[in-house]
Amino acid sequence: MTDHLIEINSLNKMYDSGGTGVAAIDHMDFYIDDGEFVSVTGPSGSGKSTLLSVMGGMNRPTRGQVQVDSLDLYALTPEQRADFRSEYLGFIFQSFQLIPYLTLLENVTVPMAITGRKKKEKRDMAMAVIDRVGLADKALRLPDQLSGGEQERVAIARAIVNRPPIILADEPTGNLDSRTALEIMALLQELNREGHTVIMVTHNREMERHATRSVRVRDGRIETLDTDWCTK
Amino acid sequence: MKLYNISFKNIRRRKAKMLFLALGLIIGISTIVTLLAITETMTVEIEERLDQFGANIVMVPRTEALSLNYGGIDVGGVNYEVREFDQADIPKIRTIKNAKNLGVVAPKVLGAADIGAKQVLLMGVIFDQELALKTWWQKHGAFPETADQVLLGSTAASVLGLAPGDPMETGGRAFQVSGVLMPTGGAEDHAVIADITAAQAVLGKPGKVSLVEIAAFCRGCPITELTLQIAEKFPDARVTAMKQAVMSKMQSIELFKSFSLGVSVLVVGVGALLVMVTMMGSVNERTREIGIFRAIGFRQTHVMQIILLEALVLGIFGGMAGVALGNIAAWGITPLVVDAGGFAGVNFRTGGICLLMAAALSLLASLYPAVKAGRMDPSDALRAL
Ligand SMILES: Nc1ncnc2c1ncn2[C@@H]1O[C@H](COP(=O)(O)OP(=O)(O)O)[C@@H](O)[C@H]1O
Ligand SMILES: [Mg+2]
Repeated sequence: MTDHLIEINSLNKMYDSGGTGVAAIDHMDFYIDDGEFVSVTGPSGSGKSTLLSVMGGMNRPTRGQVQVDSLDLYALTPEQRADFRSEYLGFIFQSFQLIPYLTLLENVTVPMAITGRKKKEKRDMAMAVIDRVGLADKALRLPDQLSGGEQERVAIARAIVNRPPIILADEPTGNLDSRTALEIMALLQELNREGHTVIMVTHNREMERHATRSVRVRDGRIETLDTDWCTK
Repeated sequence: MKLYNISFKNIRRRKAKMLFLALGLIIGISTIVTLLAITETMTVEIEERLDQFGANIVMVPRTEALSLNYGGIDVGGVNYEVREFDQADIPKIRTIKNAKNLGVVAPKVLGAADIGAKQVLLMGVIFDQELALKTWWQKHGAFPETADQVLLGSTAASVLGLAPGDPMETGGRAFQVSGVLMPTGGAEDHAVIADITAAQAVLGKPGKVSLVEIAAFCRGCPITELTLQIAEKFPDARVTAMKQAVMSKMQSIELFKSFSLGVSVLVVGVGALLVMVTMMGSVNERTREIGIFRAIGFRQTHVMQIILLEALVLGIFGGMAGVALGNIAAWGITPLVVDAGGFAGVNFRTGGICLLMAAALSLLASLYPAVKAGRMDPSDALRAL
């Protein structure tokens, strides 16, 4: 019954804000298949980031279930969820989130600090993805010596270095000029064509067209479904 | 790239920040090291002063007779005529194993002497030794400087009606009273105190010694050990330790030591609190970074490892800096507090212990912040963007 990569069932997430509960996710039901590039768009405060963190196993929902590859995420222990993230997910955060005291190369190598590979192998893998995002000549710079677009590329390189099947991106173009944003979208499309399932969250409807499917959310609910969208 | 690389890179690339984090430790450890170094020098000085504070071992010839004296009151009979030591044997005392723990050795000869119509206790002493032992003696006049001068106990002086400067005759020898002791409450109040050789001649006991008072101080080894060693050399002697005197010496030193220990514990406590607060602040500042690590798939224990390793390195670094600074401070301060001695030199054992303590302290104080960092909800951490 669960041959979808990601399944979300009757999802609800309440936040406690000054005594009154706020439903960041009111009710959501959907699934994502292997190989999709899904864009989730909606106005600010509609619950997009919350949805992404719940899907990433980092934010326990109030009700409902998230299954990835038939794993019920919130039935796992926190340490098992950490292992799940290491194995399945590559996060691309809003405003890059690089470690300031590590060089570009080191930042990209961080996800491999907890995987058992040889030093040289780790370095080669890191250099390969850095080369891939076109920053090989700047590998030894610290983040504050890079432009915004370059930092975004480093963040993408870091997200894909462990070759995760799923890439979760929160406003990946939020802090970039439109030309750089287009380059980043092209990169994400390319990664999608290479087999990564991409889920991108953004308030910018412009970006929808780069995805293979779009979902619109408002007030914690799914608003419209794309033509080939089907609910269960 | 391994987890420890992340810790090391953080420390290497943010030196100023790390120095700030280690500050609590550096201050704490250097204070303790300074305190310990000064205490050590002071303890030695106190011991030296206490050593001059009277005898604590008495050696008398073995005798079958019981003492007829209690609290300074004789109940009849004179019990002086027993056996005696040969004065020539006395230096043997200094051949015992713990000879270096011996201070003053004061032999004396005792006997009854006639002065005019009265019989008095004549005590022959080596004045240099005796005065070194009885530092509390106070007198009118002067202490004897030649063999024909005598010192009178206060009661003896009033009974004999003699004052400093008066002539005195006993056993066919002429003496001069050089001084009179103020009342001490001790046996000497009733005695005429003369040079040992002169007294031996008057008493007809040439080369004899009736009693030896010894001032010994034994740091770390029990005083009974010393008395046994002396008794071994003098099989005919009864060697008695006056434990009370030693105990009170020990107590003064222990009191001082526990005081400095108390201060050290206080300093360590404050230092630990400081480390914990700074570590806590550092963890809070790194909320975002920790969120990233967790999102990437680091376990709670991975995050804790990074933070604890940093704490360990900081502890070792802070400890080394603290030990170095503490020794420098002790070198500067010791001569100001202790008038006799200067800085005793770097104590590597104390240094080593302090270093270990700093590392342990830093780890311990960082444990709670590290656990808190590990438990941090990654989505909350990333929301704090
Ligand atoms: N940790 C939180 N605590 C309280 N309220 C939160 C928290 N996270 C998000 N919210 C609230 O939930 C709603 C959805 O937020 P979010 O998921 O960040 O939306 P979006 O990413 O679409 O802007 C908002 O009203 C926001 O204020
Ligand atoms: Mg958002």
